[in-house]
Amino acid sequence: MYYIEKAKLSELFSKIAENRSLYLPVKKNGQTNFAHWEEGTEYCDDLKTVKSAKDHFFPQTESLMHFKTEGKKIQINQDKIPDEKTVLFGVRGCDAKSFKILDSVFMSEPQDAFYTARRENSVVITTACSSPDEACFCGVFGVDPADPKADSDVVTWFAGDKLYWEAVSEKGEALTEEIKDVLSSSDEKEVEEEKARISEITKLLPLNNMSLSAFGGDKTDALFNAPQWDKLSEACLGCGSCTFVCPTCQCYDVRDYNGANGIQRYRCWDSCMFSDFTMMAHGTNRPTQKQRFRQRFMHKLVYFPANNNGEFSCVGCGRCVARCPISMNIAKVIKSFGGDK
Amino acid sequence: MPINENKEWKPLIVAFCCNWCSYAGADLAGTSRLSYPAEVKIIKVPCSCRVNPMFILKAFERGADGVIMCGCHPGDCHYSTGNYYARRRMTMLFSMLDYLGIDRQRTRVEWVSAAEGQKFAAVMNDFAKTITELGENVKLGDLRCKKQQD
Amino acid sequence: MQKTAGLIKKRALELLADGTVTKVLGWEEGDFIYDVTPAFFDKETIDSLVFSSFCGSNLSKYLIKACKEQTEGKILVFLKPCDTFSFNQLLTEHRIDREKVYVVGVECKGMLDIEKIKALGINGVTKVIDNGESLNIKTIYGEKTCERSEVLLEKCTTCKSKELVVFDEVLGEKAENENSQDRFAQVAALEAMTTEERYAFWQGELSKCIRCNACRNVCPACSCMKCVFDNIQSGVASKSNADTFEEKMFHIIRAFHVAGRCTDCGECSRVCPQGIPLHLLNRKFIKDINELYGDYQAGEEAGSRAPLVNFTFDDAEPSVIHERGNS
Repeated sequence: MYYIEKAKLSELFSKIAENRSLYLPVKKNGQTNFAHWEEGTEYCDDLKTVKSAKDHFFPQTESLMHFKTEGKKIQINQDKIPDEKTVLFGVRGCDAKSFKILDSVFMSEPQDAFYTARRENSVVITTACSSPDEACFCGVFGVDPADPKADSDVVTWFAGDKLYWEAVSEKGEALTEEIKDVLSSSDEKEVEEEKARISEITKLLPLNNMSLSAFGGDKTDALFNAPQWDKLSEACLGCGSCTFVCPTCQCYDVRDYNGANGIQRYRCWDSCMFSDFTMMAHGTNRPTQKQRFRQRFMHKLVYFPANNNGEFSCVGCGRCVARCPISMNIAKVIKSFGGDK
Repeated sequence: MPINENKEWKPLIVAFCCNWCSYAGADLAGTSRLSYPAEVKIIKVPCSCRVNPMFILKAFERGADGVIMCGCHPGDCHYSTGNYYARRRMTMLFSMLDYLGIDRQRTRVEWVSAAEGQKFAAVMNDFAKTITELGENVKLGDLRCKKQQD
Repeated sequence: MQKTAGLIKKRALELLADGTVTKVLGWEEGDFIYDVTPAFFDKETIDSLVFSSFCGSNLSKYLIKACKEQTEGKILVFLKPCDTFSFNQLLTEHRIDREKVYVVGVECKGMLDIEKIKALGINGVTKVIDNGESLNIKTIYGEKTCERSEVLLEKCTTCKSKELVVFDEVLGEKAENENSQDRFAQVAALEAMTTEERYAFWQGELSKCIRCNACRNVCPACSCMKCVFDNIQSGVASKSNADTFEEKMFHIIRAFHVAGRCTDCGECSRVCPQGIPLHLLNRKFIKDINELYGDYQAGEEAGSRAPLVNFTFDDAEPSVIHERGNS
């Protein structure tokens, strides 16, 4: 285990940025989001970024190819597969777990070349959550905010006036080797204390003890026609706030834009909450907001586990709890199906 | 023949002209052999109040450097009151664009009757001069609509 | 506040019992005090009806759908003063049926913003007790206090009116609108900037937009059956923020479409996950309308004619914009 003084964080960042592009939470215009680090950029230790870290691997918009037509000929130029070597710093345990969930979507056959390239070229540095908030329920999905080593390359802790650093994967070891000059060796005493402190706090989180026994891959029949959906979806506005701040939502749309330089084919995030989601020639297959609402939660808690060895497509980050305009969220859904037992 | 023969930058101006007065005014300017810049692209609309704010924004999106709307003089609308509504709408919209930091000289409303070929040419010449002085519109365009230099 | 909450529940029960109304539109209790959800209640479910300082959401838009579905009896709705303006505006636009609604006006001292509480560094909030002047906040990290006035919702810091403009009956004590700041001060400050400064300000704000459409969907004035931005055939439908132009287009058109109809209820800014001050776009239109076409408050009077579907022969020419002071 290593450490660096908190006051020297910028030295650490510039060291990392020597050979790779560094991305970390930055406060801009009052909102914290992941952004590119440059000399002078200040790291923001807010518990959660507004948008999750998934942006980094699966950006909201990305260009796939350009094409031009000339008479009957069509010329296709595929966009370059990203090859930037990157480091993500300050990822919370919940977001780190979301990468595993996204991997099972984008990196199973047929592999998504853009996502895979970004994923393989990056090192994920997680940071333990020193002050989880009431909306956090990552424990329900097996994330440990005190020691989020499961899905990361390097784990860090802020304790006292130090940042502690521990590499937990090959990629993490390699990065540590590169930047060892700015780090000092340390024992684990203070980190163990910090872990114990965080674990105590997680016991107090009001949503952290929900039970998922009502959900799972085999529960489609039991849940699809459940009467609860009417009440739950009643106030839903059909906006995409929950979807766009969610670290695990991965639906996208592919669209064409006819600009001055031929046609650009790009993909952009889509939301199952939108009325034109998966619109087809005959119209939409989910005409009511109740159906759209149900789809979102059934996907996360039933359909996804059915196809992914029981893994739920939620990490309990609580962003939807904080951001929904009408305060309807996955925690309320879980509870209304008996999850608060 | 390309418009930009000598590669000198010329603005792109979109003029929305109502069918009954301003478009006829443009016609008269033409038949009177008055000259106005070729960069002015006229889009004929049934009435000035047909101009949806989206049209103006679309024009900017696709690369216009200035947008001008012309209609019948207030009181002379072919449909009696269309241009009164258009007057309020365009005032509001152009004020909003100004508020968002888009140079206010890039937008203009002029009333041109069918008999004012002279005025039409003068307005367009003046507007083109203003826009040329302002330079390229970089604040409100869509980058994908900018022609890449080869 | 506690007292008003009690009155509301009691009154809802009475009106359901005597058959005046068949259902109730109010706020449902959440896991924490601040996460209340708009909901319809009947005799069986009325127990979870709550009212607190976090009931900032405007319920009037839900009545559009509810009125269509209501075949018999009335719907009881609780409206705060600012919500009644939206209600009136919807009446003006024939989107709701006055005969089907029983309006209980609820006096309001200004609603609170959990985001502002969190911005003070108060984390892990599980309960908030509103003492009228200060707040007693229970968190998983111990008890905290803060002043009520520093955590008011943005829309409540510039409250336009404490008057209920439409109601069948009123509950609670009337509050004074004394601390409210000038509604147009921020707009005026922006107007006083140079073009470049304004551009930089809006560029910074609008580039945060994630196109979630929350501002549009929550807006009581945005009640089109199908929005142009959801219509693939319109040529402007787009979910992406591929280029900054799209946010600008969306926000200009959104604000323009509600210009003259926007009651300034402030919901757009309340719900924005990225904290974009969208109300400043709407207020710019309101300010311009007031200055150019005479004072007008949408929703103040049911049946009034909105300024953008109206005109006078001697309206200002659009060139007034060019003649303004700074550039």
